[in-house]
Amino acid sequence: MKSELNEQALLQGLANNDTKAIETIYKQNYNMVQTFVLNNNGTYDEARDIFQEAMIALYEKAKSESFVLTCKINTYVYSVCRRLWLKRLQQLGKFSSSVESLEETVSVEEDIEIHRKRNAEYNIMERALGSMGEPCKSLLEGYYIKKMDMQALAKEFGYTNADNAKNQKYKCLMRLKKMFFAQYNIGE
Amino acid sequence: MEDILLLQAIERYLDGTMLPAERAYFEELRNNTHEIDQMVVEHSMFLHQMDSFSGRQTMQHSLQNVHAKLLSMGDINEGGEQTAKTKVVNIWNKYKRVATIAAAVGGGIALMISTLVAYFNPISPDVTRLGVQLKQTQNQVAALSNEIIKSKIPTKAPITGGGSSFLIDGKGYLITNAHVLDGATSATVYNEEGKEFSAIIAYKNDEKDLAILKIEDEDFQPIKNLPYSIRKTNADLGDEIYTIGFPNFPRTDVVYNVGYLSSVKGYNGDTLTCQIQMSANPGNSGGPVFNKKGEVIGVLSTKLSKADGVSFAIKSKNIYQLVEDFKKADTTSSNIKMLNTTTLNNDDRVSQVKKISNYVYMVKAYRK
Repeated sequence: MKSELNEQALLQGLANNDTKAIETIYKQNYNMVQTFVLNNNGTYDEARDIFQEAMIALYEKAKSESFVLTCKINTYVYSVCRRLWLKRLQQLGKFSSSVESLEETVSVEEDIEIHRKRNAEYNIMERALGSMGEPCKSLLEGYYIKKMDMQALAKEFGYTNADNAKNQKYKCLMRLKKMFFAQYNIGE
Repeated sequence: MEDILLLQAIERYLDGTMLPAERAYFEELRNNTHEIDQMVVEHSMFLHQMDSFSGRQTMQHSLQNVHAKLLSMGDINEGGEQTAKTKVVNIWNKYKRVATIAAAVGGGIALMISTLVAYFNPISPDVTRLGVQLKQTQNQVAALSNEIIKSKIPTKAPITGGGSSFLIDGKGYLITNAHVLDGATSATVYNEEGKEFSAIIAYKNDEKDLAILKIEDEDFQPIKNLPYSIRKTNADLGDEIYTIGFPNFPRTDVVYNVGYLSSVKGYNGDTLTCQIQMSANPGNSGGPVFNKKGEVIGVLSTKLSKADGVSFAIKSKNIYQLVEDFKKADTTSSNIKMLNTTTLNNDDRVSQVKKISNYVYMVKAYRK
């Protein structure tokens, strides 16, 4: 019972981007995943990429409202990594039918599908932001990503007052939204 | 302008900063006007997208940092070489307290570290063979570094050549090609602003065609953390790559160029190098080749004389080997540390290049 509570607290920490929680989950699971990838045709770099992708999937799952984890964290992480790595092997044409399994696994197909969708959305936003010119890009990043307040932003960008910066920000935001939705609607 | 006001109102409505009366008015407006209702829904969804984007970006950063931290603590490790380093770190951590009490022990630890590094990193027997292959390559491939006409250079010491280089350790250790330094005894390096620093040739391996320069100049400010890492494993076929260098030697304008990895092997199947599809010019020699994550995957060194746009880069894992050899030859160098994790992963190309170009230097080699 106690370990279940711990796991719940860890996931809560992960959702809040708490370094201590991330470190604990990382430490408890990384070596297992690395061993699996290395044993199955992969490199250290690939192991790191796969593991971090699974961590992102877990983070986004933990953040969502409908979140329930029905198994232990390590089973979940291992299952996601395994599935992602098999997919990657298939893409590379290196697929071997006898991929060994070190741990028990749970079905994560649905979660991976959700993750894939979120990946696509992330990429669309990244592209849309990337195609914005300056100072729009930095202004929007400052406000919406770094969560700086308008006063500080106005100062950093040299606007005479916060209202001017705010106006500029809204103009930029409209352009960004247009770009995002143009891609989003095709992409979906 | 009207759109902006509306957007502003929607944003205030969504983040709850509207006054109750204003809010009631807006809600009524929303109920009665289908378009505004639509806009509110759309904007709320968009803000949600921005939020997850921002959250994921922060998470990616945290993961990179945690990875680097656990790696240095020895909680995770990435292969034999890392194990050795980690062990050294562990031993160092263990002795750190002792060292503060008895400074004299310091010398002993330094000796121990270098012995350990030597012990845990035997040279692979393949290295010499690969080196010979490179020599054959060099006969047929034109070296990219500049041959300088002496009269054009206004110094007393004859300039023997030049090229590009990049920092692998913020303390002032640079990597360049050995052929850039052919016939030279010293070098000066220039940053993108044209600022000059004197450097010594710390280590050179002609077979690998790699060399280490060390900046020894009072004006040089050591850099605490380099933004990029050196990749230990090979890049993949088709990977998009780019380079930053000084092809306009001896002018110090940084030039950016982009291409892709066209073969994991170099000229005539050479496994020490890889082939990249990218035009390169004299002066690019010794420059770093990056993948899109901002990891160094190679050192640009040669190009095919006959065909345009076919260039070769020495794979980055050779840098690790070179540094290990250097540490064996010179125990004072055992403090060279290379990063495993790039911090540029989430940056777009423009800001990657902006951050990197501070650490790429032009080399001017001369004979005293």
